[in-house]
Amino acid sequence: MDSTHNLSAENAHVTHDAHAHDHHEHKESFITKYVFSQDHKMIAKQFLVTAIFMAVVAFMLSLFFRLQLAWPGESFKISEIFLGKWAEGGLLDPNFYLSLVTMHGTLMVFFVLTAGLTGTYANLLIPLQLGVRDMVNPFMNMLSYWFFFVSSVLMIVSLFIESGPASAGWTIYPPLSALPEAIPGSGLGMTLWLIAMALFIISSLLGGLNYVATVINCRTKGMKMTRMPLTVWTFMTAAILGILSFPVLLAAALLLIFDRSFGTAFFLSDIFISGQALEQTGGSPVLFQHLFWFLGHPEVYIVLLPALGIASEIISTMSRKPIFGYRAMVASILAIAFLSFIVWGHHMFVTGMDPFIGSIFTFTTLLIAIPSAIKAFNYITTLWRGNIIFSPGMLFAIGIVSLFISGGLTGIILGDSALDINVHHTYFVVAHFHLVMGVASLFGIIAGVYHWFPKMYGRMMNNKLGYVHFWVTFICAYGVFWPMHYLGLAGVPRRYYSNTAFPMFDHLQDLNVLITIFVIIGGLAQVVFIFNFFYSIWRGPKAPQNPWKGTTLEWTTPVEHIHGNWPGDIPEVHRWPYDFSLPGEEEDFIPQNVPLRDHEKANEHH
Amino acid sequence: MADSTSVTSKGSIWGGGVAPFNVSYGKMMMWFFLISDAFTFSSLLISYGTMRNKAANEHWPSPDEVFNHFPFTDAHIKLAFVSLMTFILIMSSVTMVLAVEAGHRFDKKAVVKWLVLTIIGGLFFLGSQAWEWYHFITGTHDGKLVEVMNEQGVWETIRIYGANMHHNEYGAQQFANFFFFITGFHGSHVFSGVVLNVIALLMVLNGRMERIGHYEFVEKVGLYWHFVDLVWVFVFTFFYLL
Repeated sequence: MDSTHNLSAENAHVTHDAHAHDHHEHKESFITKYVFSQDHKMIAKQFLVTAIFMAVVAFMLSLFFRLQLAWPGESFKISEIFLGKWAEGGLLDPNFYLSLVTMHGTLMVFFVLTAGLTGTYANLLIPLQLGVRDMVNPFMNMLSYWFFFVSSVLMIVSLFIESGPASAGWTIYPPLSALPEAIPGSGLGMTLWLIAMALFIISSLLGGLNYVATVINCRTKGMKMTRMPLTVWTFMTAAILGILSFPVLLAAALLLIFDRSFGTAFFLSDIFISGQALEQTGGSPVLFQHLFWFLGHPEVYIVLLPALGIASEIISTMSRKPIFGYRAMVASILAIAFLSFIVWGHHMFVTGMDPFIGSIFTFTTLLIAIPSAIKAFNYITTLWRGNIIFSPGMLFAIGIVSLFISGGLTGIILGDSALDINVHHTYFVVAHFHLVMGVASLFGIIAGVYHWFPKMYGRMMNNKLGYVHFWVTFICAYGVFWPMHYLGLAGVPRRYYSNTAFPMFDHLQDLNVLITIFVIIGGLAQVVFIFNFFYSIWRGPKAPQNPWKGTTLEWTTPVEHIHGNWPGDIPEVHRWPYDFSLPGEEEDFIPQNVPLRDHEKANEHH
Repeated sequence: MADSTSVTSKGSIWGGGVAPFNVSYGKMMMWFFLISDAFTFSSLLISYGTMRNKAANEHWPSPDEVFNHFPFTDAHIKLAFVSLMTFILIMSSVTMVLAVEAGHRFDKKAVVKWLVLTIIGGLFFLGSQAWEWYHFITGTHDGKLVEVMNEQGVWETIRIYGANMHHNEYGAQQFANFFFFITGFHGSHVFSGVVLNVIALLMVLNGRMERIGHYEFVEKVGLYWHFVDLVWVFVFTFFYLL
C-alpha cells in the first residue's frame, strides 16, 4: 500500500489541497480512491452505480418479454437489434423468453434490490449514522464489493453465450435447471448462474459480517441501541437475515452443482428423456424447493426491511415529526425478521404438501400481517398532521407506504393455502410480489438516492425532474401491476410465452397491451432519473451541510468527504434521532449530538 | 474502530462507545460466520434425514456392514477406525485449546508445539478420511450382483463393487451420494482449518504475534477449529450411529 502512496504523490497533492481542513490526511491514488477503495462512502457509491447499471439491464430484459406478451407473434425491429439470433426477424425465441424472465428476476432480486439497497445504504449510513470512522473491517468491505462486481460480470457475460443464459426461472427449480437436455439455458448459462450466485453469497456474507459487527461494537458514545435510527435497525436485521439464510441457498446450489456435473441425484427422480430412463433417480425436487425458499422468504425481507427503514427516516424528517411508535417499529422489524424464517412453506402449497402443514404455514404467514400493519399505521400516524415537505425523496417514501399496503393486502390472500391454490402460478402472484417487494424496495433505493444524494456527492439533485420522475413512475407502477391482479384472477398463468392457444384468455389481451404501454412510459421516466443523477453529480448546485434539517449524525459531517468522516472528535450522542418540532424550541429539530437541556433531562424520551 | 472506549456515564454496556460483549470485532465476525456455516451443515444433514426417510422401502446401508475395516488387519472391526479418527480430531481440539491458552501467556514455544500437534491431528484426520473413502469406493471382495438395462434396452446382470455416484453395492444410492457430499464438505472445512493453522503457525514463528501484542489470530482459528470438530460429531452421528 505504501509504495502506491509514494508513487502517486502528485495526485495526492491535489487531494491534499482540496481537503486543507482535513486532519486525517490520506494520500490516495486514483486506484485506491475510486477503484479499490476501502472507504465505506466510496464503496456505497460503487454499489449504487453498479446496481443502477444492473437495473437498466434488468429493465431492458423485461421490456422485450412485455412486447411479446402484448403483441404475441408480432415482429419488433428493436428486439432483433438487441437480441440478435434470439429474435430473428424481430420475433422472440420462446427459449429466450424464459431466459429473459429468469434473468430479469435474478438481476432485480439479487443484484439490484439486495446489493443495490443494502450494499449502498448500509455501507453509507451505518458508519455515518452511528458515529463511526469507517466499517469495522474496511478491507473485507472492499472485498465484498469486488466479489459482487465479479459476480455481476459473470451474470452479464452469461447473457452473451451461445446457448443463452439460465432460463429455469429465478428460483432455478430442478429438474429443469439440473438437466442441460431440458432447455438450452440449463447448459453453460446455468453453470455461470450458479458460479455467479456463489460469489454473490460470499459478497453478501462479507458485507453482512461487517454491518453486524460495526453496529454491535462500534456505536459512538451515547448511541444506545434504542437511539439508533430505524434505518440502522433494518440494515442490521437484514444483514442477520442474510447471514442465516444465504448459507442454505449455498447448500442447495452446491447440491445442484453435484446433480448437474457429478452424477448424483439429490433432486432428480423418475425422469425420462425421449423415452430413455435417466440413470439418476431417487432424489426429490421438492427438497430443493424447501432449501431454496428457506432462503427465498427471508430474502424478501432482506430487500424490503431496508426500504422500510429508509421510509421511516425520510417520512419522519420530512413531516417534521417524531416517528410514531419507535419501539413498536423496532419490535415489528424484529418480529418480521423472526417470522420470515418459519413461513417458507407458503411458496409450496401446491407441491403436495400435507394440508395440516399447509395450515401451519398459513397461520405463521398471516401472523406477519400484525407487525406489517403496525408499521403501516405508524407511517400514517407519523404523517398525520405533520408539517409535510414534499421533496422527491419524501414522495417516494410515501410511495413505499402505498405500495406496501396495496401489495401487502394481496399477501393475505396468497398466504392462505385455501385461497392461494386458486391463484398459484398466475399473474396474481406476479402482481403481488412486484408491488410489495419489487417496486416498494426499488422506491426505497430511489428515495434514498434523492434524500442522501447531498451526502454522497455533495450536490443537490433537481427537484422538478424528481417530481416528474415520481409521478410518472408511481402511476406506471400501479398501471403495470394493478391489471395483473385481474389477469391472475382470470387464471392467466405466469411464465407462458403466449396465451394464444387458450381462447378463454383472448378478451384479456387488451390488458396486456395496456400493461406494456405503462412499462414503456415508466421506463422513459427512469431515463429522466438517470439523467438527473449523473448530471447532478457534476453540475448540481452545491449542497449545504444539512439540506433537510435532519437530526441524525450523518448531517454533522462535512460536505466534502474525508477519511474518518469527522474532522475532529467523533460526536457524542445525547438523544434519540427523532427530536422534531419539540414544543417551546426555536428550531423544529434538534440533532442527536446536542446535549439535553435542563428541562429535558426531567422527562427524557428514552 | 471505536474511538472512545471508556464506559458511558450511564454505565450501560449497550450505551455506545463500548463493545457490549467485550469481544473484538474479529472474533464477533468469526462467531457470526460460524452460525452461518452451521446453517449450511444443518440444511445438508436435514436433507440427508429427509431423503433417508423418503427411501424407507430401499435397503439403507448399515454402517456396521460398510465401515468395518481397520489398517494392517483383515479382521472386520465395526466402526473402530472411524472411532479412532474421531478421537484424533477431538484430541486436536484439545491441543488447539492448549495453543490458545499458551498464547494468553505469551509462551511462544508452547504455542508452536501445540499448533504443530493440532496440524498433525488435522492431517491425520484428513488422511483417515481418504482411507475411509478408499475402502467405501473399493467395496467388498465379492461385490454385488445387480440388474441393469444396457444401451440396447436389454436387462443384464453385472457385478458392482463398492460405491460411487452411480452405484452402491451396500444399498441405497442416496447414502453414497450424501456420504461423499457431506463428509467431503466437512473434509474441505478441515482442510481449510489446517491451512489456517499453518498460517497461524508461520505468523507465530516469525514473531508477528509478539509484535502486535496479542495472539488473537490463534484464538479465531481455534474457534473455527472447534466448530469443525463439533460439526464432525453431528456428521459422525448421522452417518455412523443412526
